[in-house]
Amino acid sequence: MASIQADPHGAHPPAEDLSRPYHERYHAAHHFKSRDHEFDSVKMGVWLFLGTEILLFSGMFVAYAIFRMMHPEAFIAGSGKLSVGWGLLNTIVLLLSSYTVAAAVRHAQTNNQKWLRINVLLTFFAGLAFLLIKFVFEYWPKYSEGKLPGKFYSYPYSTSEYEPLWWAIYWGATSIHASHVIIGMGLFAWIWLRARKQHFGPGHYNAVEGVGLYWHIVDIVWIFLFPLLYLIH
Amino acid sequence: MATIGDIHKSGLPHHGHAHGHDHHGSYLERKGGMIVTIWDWMTTVDHKKIGVMYLFAILFMFFLGGVAALVVRTELLQPNVATVAASGSVTYSGNLIGHAFGQGENIAKSNEFYNRAMTLHGVIMVFLVIVPSVPASLGNFLLPLMLGAKDVAFPRLNLASWYVYLLGSIFAIISIVQGGVDTGWTFYTPYSTTTDAAYYNVVWMVTAAFILGFSSIFTGLNFVVTVHKLRAPGMGWFDMPLFVWGIYGAAIIQVLATPVIGITLLLLIFERLFHIGIFDPRMGGDPVLFQHFFWFYSHPVVYVMILPGMAVINEMIATGARKPIFGYRAVAFSTLAIAGISFIVWGHHLFTSEGEVAAVVFSALTFLVAIPSAVKVFNWISTLYKGSISMATWNLYALAFLWLFTIGGLTGLFLGSLAVDLHLHDTYFVVAHFHYVMMGGTIIAFIGAIHFWWPKMFGKMYNEFWARIAFFLVFIGFNATFFPQFVMGSQGMPRRYANYVDVFQPYHFASTIGSYILALGFFLHLFVFLHSLAAGRKAGPNPWGSLTLEWTNASSPPIEHNFDHEPVVTHGPYDYDNVIPPQTAPGEFVLPKPAAVAIKH
Repeated sequence: MASIQADPHGAHPPAEDLSRPYHERYHAAHHFKSRDHEFDSVKMGVWLFLGTEILLFSGMFVAYAIFRMMHPEAFIAGSGKLSVGWGLLNTIVLLLSSYTVAAAVRHAQTNNQKWLRINVLLTFFAGLAFLLIKFVFEYWPKYSEGKLPGKFYSYPYSTSEYEPLWWAIYWGATSIHASHVIIGMGLFAWIWLRARKQHFGPGHYNAVEGVGLYWHIVDIVWIFLFPLLYLIH
Repeated sequence: MATIGDIHKSGLPHHGHAHGHDHHGSYLERKGGMIVTIWDWMTTVDHKKIGVMYLFAILFMFFLGGVAALVVRTELLQPNVATVAASGSVTYSGNLIGHAFGQGENIAKSNEFYNRAMTLHGVIMVFLVIVPSVPASLGNFLLPLMLGAKDVAFPRLNLASWYVYLLGSIFAIISIVQGGVDTGWTFYTPYSTTTDAAYYNVVWMVTAAFILGFSSIFTGLNFVVTVHKLRAPGMGWFDMPLFVWGIYGAAIIQVLATPVIGITLLLLIFERLFHIGIFDPRMGGDPVLFQHFFWFYSHPVVYVMILPGMAVINEMIATGARKPIFGYRAVAFSTLAIAGISFIVWGHHLFTSEGEVAAVVFSALTFLVAIPSAVKVFNWISTLYKGSISMATWNLYALAFLWLFTIGGLTGLFLGSLAVDLHLHDTYFVVAHFHYVMMGGTIIAFIGAIHFWWPKMFGKMYNEFWARIAFFLVFIGFNATFFPQFVMGSQGMPRRYANYVDVFQPYHFASTIGSYILALGFFLHLFVFLHSLAAGRKAGPNPWGSLTLEWTNASSPPIEHNFDHEPVVTHGPYDYDNVIPPQTAPGEFVLPKPAAVAIKH
């Protein structure tokens, strides 16, 4: 108590031993009582943010449900033109990345710096692989065949009048999801740079945990998009 | 300063935190020259500074939106004459308006101009003023102080939200400079996807609203976590001031509803730029889906607008009556009830475009809102009952809120009834109802709250006499502006028209004159505030004799880290029966009349 009263900010200890790694020296921001207090708050904030993400995507899912009900034939015709194989491969890539990001959090908790960095990097490359598969084997062929949303639709062999609407849903949902993958990769690059400087360890891994949770929500959205877009005919 | 600090350090129990601690200056203290000070403010993560920055940004936008409103009202002075456009007093910039005004008759120009001014007023007032008004400015400033915390949970996110707000404002201004939009603030499809086809104004404006949504989410998320995690020792959920409950309810809606408008506006931008067909029936899409999406956010968000207004009313009524809030728990739970119900009533904006069964269901659900709203109003009236009611400007505003919000709320019941709504739909009755709730509710509460917390924010008192004069101008002007609109609306005057039949002219005339009085009142308030900043009397830490932590444990203005020591909560926020408000200086605050004097145990 005496030391707290000597320092009304309650955050800055008198002397710092700079030879110790950052995560050991880390002190919670001045308005938190402890690192645990900060960690709990950060985690709650991240969960709320994930709630907003679910609600953001819910708009796409509602649009999917309504238009599927209004124009089932367009959705059957459209989803038949997707390649289940590439979709499945991407699902596997994302599921594996879910493991690597969880492992990264675990290695931060156990102060295993090397494997923390490796797993963060693996997750980053899983995101990259997802995007490459998406763009090279799915977006690009569809783009060149004219299977595009709305007024850009020029595919000559469509079997349903409202097929452009299906492609609007497909491109809308997957592109918003892909933009989340890109953001996630940016976050993992940031985590990796910080991990190299030993910023994370048992007492301080807020950012790893938060970004990990974000990555899981990106995965889960895909877990729902994959059957809805690719599998249901 | 140092000597005052030394005296306080020697330990007067209740005055120990007054202005001038030895090494903790007020948060307003300048750190250096002009550049250093500006840089300090621009990069601050202090919730108080961010709150003040929000306050000034919002008041500036309020001015812009108000000017647009005056243009609209001036145009409506006469039934068929292009008042504004023909007078030549308004110059146009930007390609689009230039284009629109380059050809055609005066009347067409006038209509075009009217639509844009009306939209400008709506978009600015809703997205840039009322939504952030109380939470982002006063909420930011007060929430940590009321909870006994040093800051909000995520200070950097808080600063980011201000910059995102600024970015959104810039997008809106870009759209305005290019000629503005004529869609109305609701951006209904298919009009919003086809109007001004050759220009990008609508895209800029919709993007602005999209960006502003993030600012709103950041603020809301921050507040929810702050309330959960940063309450002072001894402060349980039901020891929190009701202001915090209101802000908390609004924050939950902000977090849960705003993402939906995000995806809606994103789809609208896609529709506009790429014509993807989601809202276009020719391509199998559904324009009514846009309305559902839009109101799934925008109905909850009117409670984001009103709940913080109600929140500040609690503090002002309790302090102004020197009594505990009647039915604290009922008021607290009614906040959560409003937040919950807000998500299931969006369909009452679509009575004429959705199915009949849906309309009946949504009508029934809509009436549920009346219950928690009435619980609040009756509890406030019960609080005032036998109280020693202050007639300070802020409490006058609180009392005005009770009047105006009640009128606004009751007329809402008319609109929630299906049969009556078919008659009143899209008339000035709706406009009047909306303004009685949003302006008579939120803005009136906001202006009152700025007076109430002004001494705390800036350490200066304002001139009570002139502030009261301004209040009466605002109150009279407001009613003169909007009450005639109820009458002409019920007689069939449709909203959003620049021209009307002659029979409505007396009402429009009264309404326009009222709006000028209103503007006069607001300008007088502005001068009162500026005078206070320049030459106001120094404020003590607790000039109104309140019991919440920002008054009892912090100086005016607060020090940079809010409190010298973390406060420990020992009495309720409205425990006026048992506690004599600390930190009040002799002569500054007059104790209530003997009959109602608080008894010290």
